[in-house]
Amino acid sequence: MNLRAVWAIYRVEMARAFRTVLQSIVSPVISTSLYFVVFGSAIGSRITEIDGISYGAFIVPGLIMLSLLTQSISNASFAIYFPKFVGSIYELLSAPVSYLEIVIAYVGGAATKSIILGLIILGTASLFVPLQIEHPFWMIAFLVLTAVTFSLFGFIIGIWAKSFEQLQLVPLLIVTPLTFLGGSFYSIHMLPGIWKTVTLFNPVVYLISGFRWSFYGKADVSVGVSLGMTIIFLAACIAIVAWIFKTGYRLRN
Amino acid sequence: MTSILSISGVSKTYATGFTALKEVNLDIERGEIFALLGPNGAGKTTLISIVCGIVNRSSGTVTVDGHDISRDYRAARSLIGLVPQELTIDAFESVWATVNYSRGLFGKPANPAFVEKVLRDLSLWDKKDAKAITLSGGMKRRLMIAKALSHEPRVLFLDEPTAGVDVELRQAMWEMVRRLRDDGVTIILTTHYIEEAEAMADRVGVINRGEIILVEGKAELMRKLGRKRLVLELRTPLTALPDSLSRYAPELSPDGGQLTYTYDNQSDRPGVASLIRDLEASDIQFRDLDTQNSSLEEIFVNLLRQEP
Repeated sequence: MNLRAVWAIYRVEMARAFRTVLQSIVSPVISTSLYFVVFGSAIGSRITEIDGISYGAFIVPGLIMLSLLTQSISNASFAIYFPKFVGSIYELLSAPVSYLEIVIAYVGGAATKSIILGLIILGTASLFVPLQIEHPFWMIAFLVLTAVTFSLFGFIIGIWAKSFEQLQLVPLLIVTPLTFLGGSFYSIHMLPGIWKTVTLFNPVVYLISGFRWSFYGKADVSVGVSLGMTIIFLAACIAIVAWIFKTGYRLRN
Repeated sequence: MTSILSISGVSKTYATGFTALKEVNLDIERGEIFALLGPNGAGKTTLISIVCGIVNRSSGTVTVDGHDISRDYRAARSLIGLVPQELTIDAFESVWATVNYSRGLFGKPANPAFVEKVLRDLSLWDKKDAKAITLSGGMKRRLMIAKALSHEPRVLFLDEPTAGVDVELRQAMWEMVRRLRDDGVTIILTTHYIEEAEAMADRVGVINRGEIILVEGKAELMRKLGRKRLVLELRTPLTALPDSLSRYAPELSPDGGQLTYTYDNQSDRPGVASLIRDLEASDIQFRDLDTQNSSLEEIFVNLLRQEP
């Protein structure tokens, strides 16, 4: 295994985050704080509790997931798309690096950044509302699993995209709506009959539900199902990445 | 000499249906400077990209120092350095960081002293902390070379290395390439500047429409396909060529004051000595003479013209 190459790529990816600290870290923290002000204070004053949890505390896992998903996708897709765009991908493709090493380095870098961000948001949230984490192991497990899965998804988007517009297409038109409709700010039990069923087709529901369970021990759907859905999505992403590298799709053709 | 790079039956057809390479066979000898010449779209960059692992080939095999580029890609690629035609660098990285990144990518342990030497050799040391985006075009080109050399390759591909580079820098690059060759590095360069190939290459390959149409030692090529021109300045202008000179088919200038005789090195046409003897016999005197060799460029153009 070419660990030096993995480390070289990982270090460059992390350096980029610190070089663009405003965009990478500060901006999402400000956005999250604004969510607290708007949803936590304005709406929270009308919805005092959900499942015995104060509304402000209830939305924390959803907010973290919201940032985790969007940032994992954004970090990983940009990381692989940018060298493609400027042409410096030639160096990566001509280096003695295996596909697995490339994925570990890029996805590892993207996931690390979004996990750090998730923890910063968690810290920021603790300034606004009292938090409890009933299952810290599972909280970290869901955090890491989701970050890795969606970084892989972002990596796929970055390879698929031929333009900056395409790079933004999936996150803006699919992921963000699914995240907002995935129970970040409400419990799916609050939805009217048919919508409760429809929302179960949204994979993000399972991520947020499982993550919220790790905080408060309460979930919209069973934790096992949440975990299973996350792992299925992870496996699907791994399969697609393996196919991309096997065929050289949009990289070596 | 033994072959360090062996390309055998390599073809490439892109998804669009365009065939960029057709059954290319080529052996590059260890320690030589090989110039790959060809017009735009001939397949030069595709061939390099396949050897370096950037583009998948449709068929054929490639080995680098005996290592198959697919089965043993790590060993093969670690021997190769590539300087692509385009200036493609992460603009926001410093010179020092980006060269060390390249070294790490090729699995080499950190070696600040070696990287410093590379940067000094390429006159980039005083720019080591500068971001790539702030460098001039010539400096970026040198930075690309520094990145390619950072992992101490044994085979270096230079794809149009001096495109858009000023004369002084071009000379400096040629000097650097010769130094690398002296250190045992095999150099394969593609170029549009035939004078570059003429000045540097040990052997020349010509590729056209995806096919290698000629591979020859430069000196041999010049000898075989090169033409010589003898130009005589006559003391008294001629109004017409005498019959005694017709077998030489020389060209007479419009003012009749200059006689030009063109011959190739392997020609069975009569030689210069006999022409001069016949001139004396015809009482045609000349006050000066000059001989010129045809350039590699002329040979190259003639070769491409002969292609169907």
